[in-house]
Amino acid sequence: MKICVLVKEVPDAAVEKRIDPSTGRMDRSGEKNLNPYDTHAIEAAMQIKEGGAVPVEEIVAVTMGPDSAVRALHKAVSLGADRSVHLSDPAVAGSDVAATGYALAKTLQRESPDLVLLGQQSDDGECYTIGAVVAEHLGMPSLTQVIKMDVESDALRCERQAEYGYDTVQIKLPAVISVGDAINEPRYPSLKAIMGAKKKPLDAITAADAEIDASKVGGENSAAQWIAAKAPPAKAAGEIIEDEDTGETVEKIIAWLDERKLI
Amino acid sequence: MANILVYALHYDGAINKNSLGAVSEGAKLAAELGGEAHAILLGENVPQELAASLGNYGAKKVLVAEGPEGLAQPLVDAMAKAITDGGYSYALFGGGLLGFEIGAGLAARLGAGVAMEVTAVRAEGGELIAERPILGDSAISEIKYRSQVGIIIGRLNAFEIRETGAGAAPVEQLDFELSPHASQATMVSRGEQRGADVDIEGASILIAGGRGLGKAEGFQLAEDLASAFGGNSAVAATRAVVDAGWYPYAAQIGQTGKTVAPKLYLAAGISGAIQHKVGMQASENIVAINKDANAPIFEFSDLGIVGDLNKILPKLTEAVKAKKAS
Ligand SMILES: Cc1cc2nc3c(=O)[nH]c(=O)nc-3n(C[C@H](O)[C@H](O)[C@H](O)COP(=O)(O)OP(=O)(O)OC[C@H]3O[C@@H](n4cnc5c(N)ncnc54)[C@H](O)[C@@H]3O)c2cc1C
Ligand SMILES: Nc1ncnc2c1ncn2[C@@H]1O[C@H](COP(=O)(O)O)[C@@H](O)[C@H]1O
Repeated sequence: MKICVLVKEVPDAAVEKRIDPSTGRMDRSGEKNLNPYDTHAIEAAMQIKEGGAVPVEEIVAVTMGPDSAVRALHKAVSLGADRSVHLSDPAVAGSDVAATGYALAKTLQRESPDLVLLGQQSDDGECYTIGAVVAEHLGMPSLTQVIKMDVESDALRCERQAEYGYDTVQIKLPAVISVGDAINEPRYPSLKAIMGAKKKPLDAITAADAEIDASKVGGENSAAQWIAAKAPPAKAAGEIIEDEDTGETVEKIIAWLDERKLI
Repeated sequence: MANILVYALHYDGAINKNSLGAVSEGAKLAAELGGEAHAILLGENVPQELAASLGNYGAKKVLVAEGPEGLAQPLVDAMAKAITDGGYSYALFGGGLLGFEIGAGLAARLGAGVAMEVTAVRAEGGELIAERPILGDSAISEIKYRSQVGIIIGRLNAFEIRETGAGAAPVEQLDFELSPHASQATMVSRGEQRGADVDIEGASILIAGGRGLGKAEGFQLAEDLASAFGGNSAVAATRAVVDAGWYPYAAQIGQTGKTVAPKLYLAAGISGAIQHKVGMQASENIVAINKDANAPIFEFSDLGIVGDLNKILPKLTEAVKAKKAS
């Protein structure tokens, strides 16, 4: 079995994310990191490989992003991927979800994976939807929010929470699965793996290499047009208590609740 | 004229509340565009009356498709067929998990633009503009569609339910073909309830616990506080801890759980993710205890306590008891 894991470079959680008013796009300067949700997808791939129910020949990390995204690939490789693919092309910059999913699907087609894994959300875009878009373009069955996945020769038995409780779904391979963050505890990379990451094969490709129709990607060609970012209605800030002396803190909470007749 | 096709999720003989909101919103927007809103349901033997009842929320026609329930891809097939045959300009979804999957798949199938987590939609110059909060709700972006069809996926509870009193809508059967990949997924079991069957919806005080409680046993702290309040109080939970098996699903608040609006919502060890917020933001008073001063929950709480819940909760429980006794 060959597994491709989609990974993305996102601003570090500690960096305050903002919109650049001149472009209307996200300001992507500052410290960046591998999207934390994607580490669960890599871990899920590793567990299938180590689980031994089916032989896994290869785990390939795939990303679309600017030059700096190479670092997210190195991180993915240090967490267990065998090699990586980087789609980087000015033509795809600024793509919306639908265009990004299309470009990623074209990139994945070159690899003919049996299983595509991805994270439940990107920490910056938070669209929750790339998986379904990719699956449709690849003509594969898909499921999002999977928190348990068992491999049964040519199929997966998946569990996930949907709006009415937990569903168990049987999915034939090849398939696209986006995993929920409750699926596993991602491991930490070993120092050796971190050092060795740059030596693993990294395939840098362009839109033309992936046979991406340039008229379907990029900010200008995206079907969803982001016209403006505005501030949400102002809301009165709540009161904040820093707990230094817990006895005192609790007195303040009681007084606050009492004032509102909540006790 | 621009017609809107609205997806209606149903389960166990009832239409999902968020879908009722979406149908209501679709009807309002369609009227502004000079068109009609139609709803679509998919399932095995969908009751005719259930489908027709959407007329009461403004649907002028309801399409019913026969297919496997609870999976997204059959709906992508059905809605793509309806849109290609019927010339709809927009597809609208209420909040939830399936709506995200169907909407995204449909966008790929039709080459359509998609906006998700939409909190408001307006008609302007004959087209729809969707508002989507981004970056942890610190900004709102506006989205227009360049494609023939625009796809709008609402945020949970974003659209208000409005009964029009229009009565039953005409129901039409939609015949469509299941694509090969849609038939590769089979529902083995649906809607399994994990953990005890607790009732939190009637509670006026909810003590909600998240991953910050540390382990399943940590919920004792929340239960002790709830029983100190006594009366009409109960314990609620986030999805993170429900998925981890620390607390029953029936107590989960949020996008794939319950929506509540108690007098007091006290959140302990909860970060305040959007999917949790949408299920409790209508609470009258929100108190949050979190050791991380930057936790998003402080952005929408009325009283925030930055500190360790292990220190605060036991003392708070004693103090509530003492206050009650005095
Ligand atoms: C499609 C979809 C649907 C979802 N549906 C839901 C849903 O219905 N409901 C839901 O809740 N979530 C839902 N989620 C998940 C949601 O995104 C969050 O992952 C989840 O709400 C986080 O739960 P949490 O706050 O318990 O955990 P975390 O985000 O891990 O937060 C734990 C918090 O505890 C604090 N903490 C840790 N230790 C202490 C201590 N000793 N004292 C005080 N504070 C402490 C930490 O600072 C942290 O802020 C959904 C996600 C997706 C993608
Ligand atoms: N540019 C990208 N390159 C590779 N994978 C991506 C990219 N954007 C999103 N993904 C994947 O899609 C998942 C969901 O992202 P999103 O739909 O943006 O919330 C992420 O966790 C990643 O696994």
